[in-house]
Amino acid sequence: MFPATFEYYAPTTLEEALEVLRQNPEAKILAGGHSLIPALKLRLTTPPALVDLRRIPGLAGIRLEGDHLVIGAMTTYYDIQTSDLVRQHVPVLAEATDLVGDLQVRNWGTVGGSLAHSDPAGDYPAIMLALGAEVRARGPQGERTIPIDQFFVGMFTTALQPGEVLTEVRVPVMPPGTGAAYVKFPHPASRYAVVGICAVVTREDNICRQARVAVTGATLQATRATAAEQALQGQPLNPDTIRAAAERAPEGLTIVGDRVFASEEYRTHLVRVLTRRALTAAVEKIR
Amino acid sequence: MVQAPERPLGAAVKRREDPRFITGQGTYVDNLKFVGAVYLAILRSPYAHARIKKIDASRARAHPGVLAVFTGEDLRRDGIGSIPVGWLLPDIRLVPHYPLAVDKARYVGDGVAAVVAADRYTAYDALSLIDVEYEPLPAVVDQEAATKPGAPLVHDEAPNNICFKFVLSGGNVDQAFAEADGVVRQKVINHRVSGSSVEPRAALAVFHPATGELTLYNTNQNPHLIRLLLALTMNYPEHKIRVIAPDVGGGFGTKIYLYPDEVVACYAAMKLGRPVKWVETRSEYLRATIHGRDHITYFEAAYKKDGTITGLKVTTYANLGAYISPFGPLIPTFLYVPMLHGPYKLPNVSAEVYGVFTNTTPADATRGAGRPEATYLLERMVDLVARELNMDPAEVRRRNVLEPFENYQTPMAFVYDSGNYPATLERALELVGYRQLREEQRRLREQGRYIGIGLSTYVEVTGAAPSQIAVSLGAQAGLFESAIVRVHPTGKVTLFTGSHTHGQGHETTFAQAIADQFGIPLDDVEVVHGDTAAIPFGLGTYGSRSTPVGLTAAYVAGQRVLEKAKRIAAHLLEAAEADIVFEGGRFFVRGAPERAVTFQEVALEAYVPRKIPADLELGLEASAFFNPTNFVFPFGTHVAVVEVDPETGQVKLLRYVAVDDVGRVINPMVVDGQVHGGVVHGLGQALWEQVVYDEHGNLLTGTWLDYAMPKAADLPFIETDRLVTPSPANPLGVKGAGETGTIAATPAVVNAVIDALAPFGVRHIDMPLTPERVWRAIRAAQTQR
Amino acid sequence: MARVSIRINGVVHEADVEPRLLLVHFIREVAGLTGTNIGCDTSQCGACTVILNGRAAKSCTFLAVQCDGSEILTVEGLAKDGQLHPIQQAFWEKHGLQCGYCTPGMIMTAYHFLQMNPNPTEEQIRHALEGNICRCTGYHNIVKAIQYAAELMRGGAPAATPAD
Repeated sequence: MFPATFEYYAPTTLEEALEVLRQNPEAKILAGGHSLIPALKLRLTTPPALVDLRRIPGLAGIRLEGDHLVIGAMTTYYDIQTSDLVRQHVPVLAEATDLVGDLQVRNWGTVGGSLAHSDPAGDYPAIMLALGAEVRARGPQGERTIPIDQFFVGMFTTALQPGEVLTEVRVPVMPPGTGAAYVKFPHPASRYAVVGICAVVTREDNICRQARVAVTGATLQATRATAAEQALQGQPLNPDTIRAAAERAPEGLTIVGDRVFASEEYRTHLVRVLTRRALTAAVEKIR
Repeated sequence: MVQAPERPLGAAVKRREDPRFITGQGTYVDNLKFVGAVYLAILRSPYAHARIKKIDASRARAHPGVLAVFTGEDLRRDGIGSIPVGWLLPDIRLVPHYPLAVDKARYVGDGVAAVVAADRYTAYDALSLIDVEYEPLPAVVDQEAATKPGAPLVHDEAPNNICFKFVLSGGNVDQAFAEADGVVRQKVINHRVSGSSVEPRAALAVFHPATGELTLYNTNQNPHLIRLLLALTMNYPEHKIRVIAPDVGGGFGTKIYLYPDEVVACYAAMKLGRPVKWVETRSEYLRATIHGRDHITYFEAAYKKDGTITGLKVTTYANLGAYISPFGPLIPTFLYVPMLHGPYKLPNVSAEVYGVFTNTTPADATRGAGRPEATYLLERMVDLVARELNMDPAEVRRRNVLEPFENYQTPMAFVYDSGNYPATLERALELVGYRQLREEQRRLREQGRYIGIGLSTYVEVTGAAPSQIAVSLGAQAGLFESAIVRVHPTGKVTLFTGSHTHGQGHETTFAQAIADQFGIPLDDVEVVHGDTAAIPFGLGTYGSRSTPVGLTAAYVAGQRVLEKAKRIAAHLLEAAEADIVFEGGRFFVRGAPERAVTFQEVALEAYVPRKIPADLELGLEASAFFNPTNFVFPFGTHVAVVEVDPETGQVKLLRYVAVDDVGRVINPMVVDGQVHGGVVHGLGQALWEQVVYDEHGNLLTGTWLDYAMPKAADLPFIETDRLVTPSPANPLGVKGAGETGTIAATPAVVNAVIDALAPFGVRHIDMPLTPERVWRAIRAAQTQR
Repeated sequence: MARVSIRINGVVHEADVEPRLLLVHFIREVAGLTGTNIGCDTSQCGACTVILNGRAAKSCTFLAVQCDGSEILTVEGLAKDGQLHPIQQAFWEKHGLQCGYCTPGMIMTAYHFLQMNPNPTEEQIRHALEGNICRCTGYHNIVKAIQYAAELMRGGAPAATPAD
């Protein structure tokens, strides 16, 4: 297919990018492009202008800053998957990244693009939610930090304001006593998540001190499964408590199905099963 | 790689077509460039059923870069007719199919208008500038519902949306049911699929106003048929049309037909005097390129206590889509019903088939075409009987398959040419380790793990076949194939064949057979195909007919060449023609092998005569039109082994064993490749692939984001083995191999999944066996208990 | 219109293009290299895979303007001095193709994959091919070909390429 026409800007500084966005309020930001370009080709979106962040130095890269791993918005899945820092400090992120899209998508898709797109079936939104990351953004009003829990507002909608650019993601280093796992049930064609569950569990004296469980694929945007988290918190970690918590995972969530592959009812079931599996795997990985 | 032995026939020779593909030098239609070419885009109906009240193209025409906009009315005014139907059944309800809709759009994707522009981006821009006023009408999608009173009519000419009713039977079905010990009944849905070749369709039409020659480069499997249909549709002389099917990126049946878009491309090229290129997008392919299968079937089978199946009654509603695709009427009739005896003794079968119009994309042949539907039904039937009798499904098959035979007259119609069904069945069971697997299954079930073993014992019909019979049954074209074998003065050979290769490897396998026949090196044979200007005639490649019919034509022509060569050799050797023996590329006098001339020497003599007399015609070439005396019937047994996650319903393929008998094999490597690909096509239908419409006829699987095909990560290696029972129906003893895998795999996988779920009491699940369907089946069975 | 300069198989191609021009169309129409095919609209089939700055990329999912100044290797650039690349050789030897349409994308994906993982398991190969669709081979001989190519490349020196 063929995109409709648009203006193309490739600023070389963030300031320049913000200025272009100010002058073109309907413009879309082009990062890795692996969600945006397919949408342009199908003409699902026809923005008047694109602002390509690729030429801005410093937006890609991974560094350790205190107890946070700081990942630049333009960092690709490939870079994350192959990063020693990631493997060492947030191993679940490297493991889960291998399940994103396919090899070519991982080579070029970016963390910033994935989060800013808030695809209801994207993998990174749920993973970052469970990891308790923070998003840094620069806009006309300056720089700000958005807790990930406030970031995903709806389907393809985030807390980013018009003219704002996501610059980096700050992922807390996994504290001791913590394990994490991402379990994905991929769509056979798109390889997007039909349901994906990321669970991060912190254990103290065999008691669950904290559990973060995030869902993608089944809801309009990635969401925490707070009922499951609360059910587990303060409980001993064993198959029974995990099962009981997982049973409650869909509580409070608006689960959405499709008419071809997986209905609302089935996805609700999968949320329970995959939550149990993710929690079980996370507990096994506690170190 | 196996080293080529002395004789090329039967050797795993590396393919000669590959060097151009692995280096990016393939000549697919979209790779062809012509000076001055312009681009065509088709505006397609977003409605499944709508009256076209008005088309205003003024905004599109005014758009910079747009050369023309055409509508259905324009084409009709210029004498473009309806696309003909290729197979007429008794009392068939014919309806017109104009290349662009004139009164109503009848499916999502039906062409409504066409834009020609300087480049493809502009052409697609202009589509959104055509203003069409539609009056949406109620749509009908389900073919059984479409036959009920009050259903919306797709065509006013077809009451109850019925295009045809086809009835055929063999034996005495009523008696079989009266004498049965038991009867199983089941409704089975063989759902709609898309062939989905990775190359979409494309057309490049070039018109020379001075000569009147129209050349169409087109993604098709049979250029002569396209030329014939184009001539009839456009009312343009056949001999002024040249159709070239260059490299084609897969067909799977979807590129057999003349489609509306190709006609529009030719029309536009003639109107504008410019080369016109049209390349389908994938989204268009899923809407505008034919779909396959789509049967709703009710069957009942009568059986005896010992597992013998004695009778079968079938009622099928076959969804034809919105128009009659050229071979749409053939697939659910003659390619389906007469195969309902399968590989079994099953003596009494009756079937009625309703061909039904709906507001969906037209349906026609997709890899297997009719035979997969018959085999699926039969193999589900056998497993259901086994379940009723609590017998092993392998044992029920043993008790029902035909004994080894040559020329077996089935009760309904076909004469099976040759078969040894018990041999492939036993070999497959041995290869998969059937008994051990059953034990493992029992053991794993105790641990709460569910593996399933599914069998599929099949016979299929390929190499269609006696033209006179086909024409008497409604074919509007013969079913022969043509070939010219031309020996050049240096003894090199060019074979011109009416078959077309788009992955099958004929450039290699046909050359192997000819090189073998003439005793010359493989490199001395070139195969030319896919061009109506080079080849006398051709019916092309579909229904696994290229080897049994196309290659046989080449072989017959080759024999004629050899007859003449013997005459020439007799003069060179100064011996009587009757005394000349041809062996290993040499002609010699019987009893005196040292008195010999080579094939090359004879070839030279044919063009540079020194010894042959003036009354012997010069040159060395022959043509043949091979019209087979019978179809050929490949067969085999496949076994699928799966594990089902009972909690999610997800199916994992553990193993797949395919034992086939496709008669004599020209190139085992190529046949194995056909089996691998065929199997994966078939199991794709079983597990993932499905074209889905909502009740309003909106296509819900309109891109490859939704239309789910097998990927490498979903699959194990395919374990293949082969037996060889030569066909008596042709001199090479060959059968077709392109569809066996697809036909066998679908029921093997479905039977395996249902076998895995036997402990839950699951008896049947309709395809595709998506995790949700499997999960629901388990739940429903548990609730019933 | 934007001025774009892209080096493909060692040759610089420069042109004024619309910003919306997809990289695959630049490769096919502007550079005239038609080995890179288009099979879908939605980045599923991988037929258009090329090596972009050293990594496998679906060229239908890039704009040409994004790739200004980039280095691309297509299937046409693999063979050197008439010598097939081991991956090409392996696809030929193992019958890893039938209609040939998905083949350039398969080969280019394998090219990048084998650089990252010169000694892959069957499972890793199958996982690496999730972004490439083949309808002819059932992937059986494609996987075999990549296994064989890995063997060839470990044994001998693969041809150097512009993207190395």
